[in-house]
Amino acid sequence: MALLQIAEPGMSLAPHERKVAIGIDLGTTNSLVALVRDALPAVLVDADGRALFPSVIRYLPNGQTQAGFEALRHVIEDPKNTIVSVKRLMGRGMVDVSHQDSSPYDFIDEPGMVKVRTVAGDKSPVEVSAEILARLRQLAEDSVQDEIVGAVITVPAYFDDAQRQATKDAAKLAGLHVLRLLNEPTAAAIAYGLDNSSEGTYAVYDLGGGTFDISILRMSKGVFEVLATGGDSALGGDDFDHSLYSWITEHAQLPMLAPEDQRALLLATKYAKEHLSTTPDASIALTLSTGQELHLKINRSQFEELTKPLVNKTMVSVRKALRDAGLQVSDVKGVVMVGGATRMLHVQEAVAQFFKTPPLNNLNPDQVVALGAAMQADLLVGNQSKNNEWLLLDVIPLSLGLETMGGLVEKIIPRNTPIPVARAQDFTTFRDGQTGLSIHVVQGEREIVDACRSLGRFELKGIPPMVAGAARIRVTFQVDADGLLSVHAIEQNSGVQASVEIKPSYGLSDTEITRMLQDGFQSAKEDMQARSLREEQVEARRLLEAVEAALKEDGQLLTDVERALIRQEMTQLHELLQSETNSEILRKATEKAAKTTDSFAEKRMNASIHKALTGKNVAEI
Amino acid sequence: MSVVVANLSASDNYFTFFGLNPRFTLDTSALDQAYLAIQKEVHPDRHVAGSDTEQRLAMQMATYANTAYRTLKDPIQRGLYLCQLNGAQANLETNTAMPVQFLMKQMEWRETLDESASDLDPLEQLAAEVNLARNDSLQELENALEHASYSHAVDILRGLMFIDKFAHELDDAIAELA
Repeated sequence: MALLQIAEPGMSLAPHERKVAIGIDLGTTNSLVALVRDALPAVLVDADGRALFPSVIRYLPNGQTQAGFEALRHVIEDPKNTIVSVKRLMGRGMVDVSHQDSSPYDFIDEPGMVKVRTVAGDKSPVEVSAEILARLRQLAEDSVQDEIVGAVITVPAYFDDAQRQATKDAAKLAGLHVLRLLNEPTAAAIAYGLDNSSEGTYAVYDLGGGTFDISILRMSKGVFEVLATGGDSALGGDDFDHSLYSWITEHAQLPMLAPEDQRALLLATKYAKEHLSTTPDASIALTLSTGQELHLKINRSQFEELTKPLVNKTMVSVRKALRDAGLQVSDVKGVVMVGGATRMLHVQEAVAQFFKTPPLNNLNPDQVVALGAAMQADLLVGNQSKNNEWLLLDVIPLSLGLETMGGLVEKIIPRNTPIPVARAQDFTTFRDGQTGLSIHVVQGEREIVDACRSLGRFELKGIPPMVAGAARIRVTFQVDADGLLSVHAIEQNSGVQASVEIKPSYGLSDTEITRMLQDGFQSAKEDMQARSLREEQVEARRLLEAVEAALKEDGQLLTDVERALIRQEMTQLHELLQSETNSEILRKATEKAAKTTDSFAEKRMNASIHKALTGKNVAEI
Repeated sequence: MSVVVANLSASDNYFTFFGLNPRFTLDTSALDQAYLAIQKEVHPDRHVAGSDTEQRLAMQMATYANTAYRTLKDPIQRGLYLCQLNGAQANLETNTAMPVQFLMKQMEWRETLDESASDLDPLEQLAAEVNLARNDSLQELENALEHASYSHAVDILRGLMFIDKFAHELDDAIAELA
């Protein structure tokens, strides 16, 4: 696959100035890691030259793990300890987990997120994902022989807040600095758009192993603007396998299968499905552990008939997204196909028929997301020259709302609103002397609370006692550029402003992450003390570099005195960094040094806005 | 850690933020250009390597730019915002009184929607009529705002919100059938 060279000759940065940042496609079935080298994005391959890393982790009795192909080899013989498709469990409670009857795991219902019981203990989907991410990080480190400053990790566009938070926690656990969570179809659009210098409105149809996304984007020179997104975070190639699985168990009148047989049959259906994309029929031959022989033939039209409802389900989302974007089919210039499951012929046909144009398959559907993520990572760490920079404007996929009287939902941020976005809502007390207030935040499109996903119930305490209706509590909902929500509340009337930063309940607390690390998480066995010192050193260095760059670019915004003060602080921090081994002292020093630059940051931001409007930038766009 | 809020001086409003005159009649391509120019500077993607304060400021400014852009881009929101800037509050929650003639028209539309819920042709005809009424009102709004009659503009805007809400419901019904 040929990708357009991004840097113009002589424009790329000198090697020592370049920072290494990676893009990771953390997939349901397979994961990939890619990075930009010599201005070209490339997927990294393992020692055997393989780019796809199976998203499989096997837990052994001694607490060790196997991953990727090595784990995949044991998927049938050790089904309960070999975790596949863990992405489907991310940020999901027991009630959300589909296909439990054909999954061999022992699920444990835990508040917020299910866990899986293995010989090495109960594992959260976050821990399993972290194992996968850690292996990918290792692969990248071995490949570049350089420090990796950060990663862009892709998530399905239709992932809700809980699923996004879980992904970010997994990265943190794997010791990765997350530069950005990037929506998978958007990543694909970047790779496709930059490769083909596309202009106009495009759709990205992304059917992966476990998730479906549809995004409508407008691409113009240097700008990728997501107009609408939609999908189903529990619909993917896996579901086609399960349809076929159910058909077979019914057809062959199989009894309840042993876990090993479940896995073997699921694998057989997967191969049959893949086979049917190239040949008109496929056969399934299997000897069950009971000794029963299974011989079945299925042809393509049978399979298509069987799974047509799933394809139709994707097309309902497609229609909705197009409507949300306020567009007609004829406005869409092309449809980029992403994800291995788009190889199925009836998927291709349905898309072609709806959009009245042959879908675009010229990029490898397995790799395009990772390549786009690598390009975005390269951009974010500042490796692109000014002329080549692009701007990405993405949206929130699902509406955010609050529970009101009678279990109804009041929407506060509608879906497809560009991010970052914030909305403030004022609340008051309804009883004299009331000192607490409970707020329930939900995500989803339905009008009834129970039909939406509960993101968290926040208890605001310590409101000064007043008569009913006198308190003025402003609650601000902020969605950041990763699509993650934070909630902030301030009581405005009382002399003391109470402000709380609330982390939703499903997220892992820092202590939980610390516990997981101490529990002998494989990739991070190093001493906790050493780890936290290293983290603080990275933080300090990050600040020093940021301030150095800022002074070089905008130092003239400061008076000589201000500049001298900042320089002095930075020199002190720099000296401390060389010798200090106590992470807490270093953290405090970094925080103090950062504080002296706050007003400088503010001046720079305002100057940049001024420049944007008065400078020649406007004309350049 | 202190919270630093970007310094938007008191004279600032969504229009001046984008370097535009605070008028209802708007050069939308100038708005688009200014929005993109500002996002290219302030978007959090541009400040990933910056200090925590810089990152927080970037998020706040990009958030503000998004809000300002969405408000000005939509004529009804833009109208409401202009009225608010000029001290005319719409009080949408409390002030629901509308002229009888307007309410009669609304009822007539609703009846057509209910009676023809499964019939595409009359619904599309109705959609065209609603769109015409909307455009007329927008024209009226423009005149009122250009003549600085803000209290009159507020009345028109309240009507427009009704029309808009109905147009959405009608659109949903048509989408169900299509």
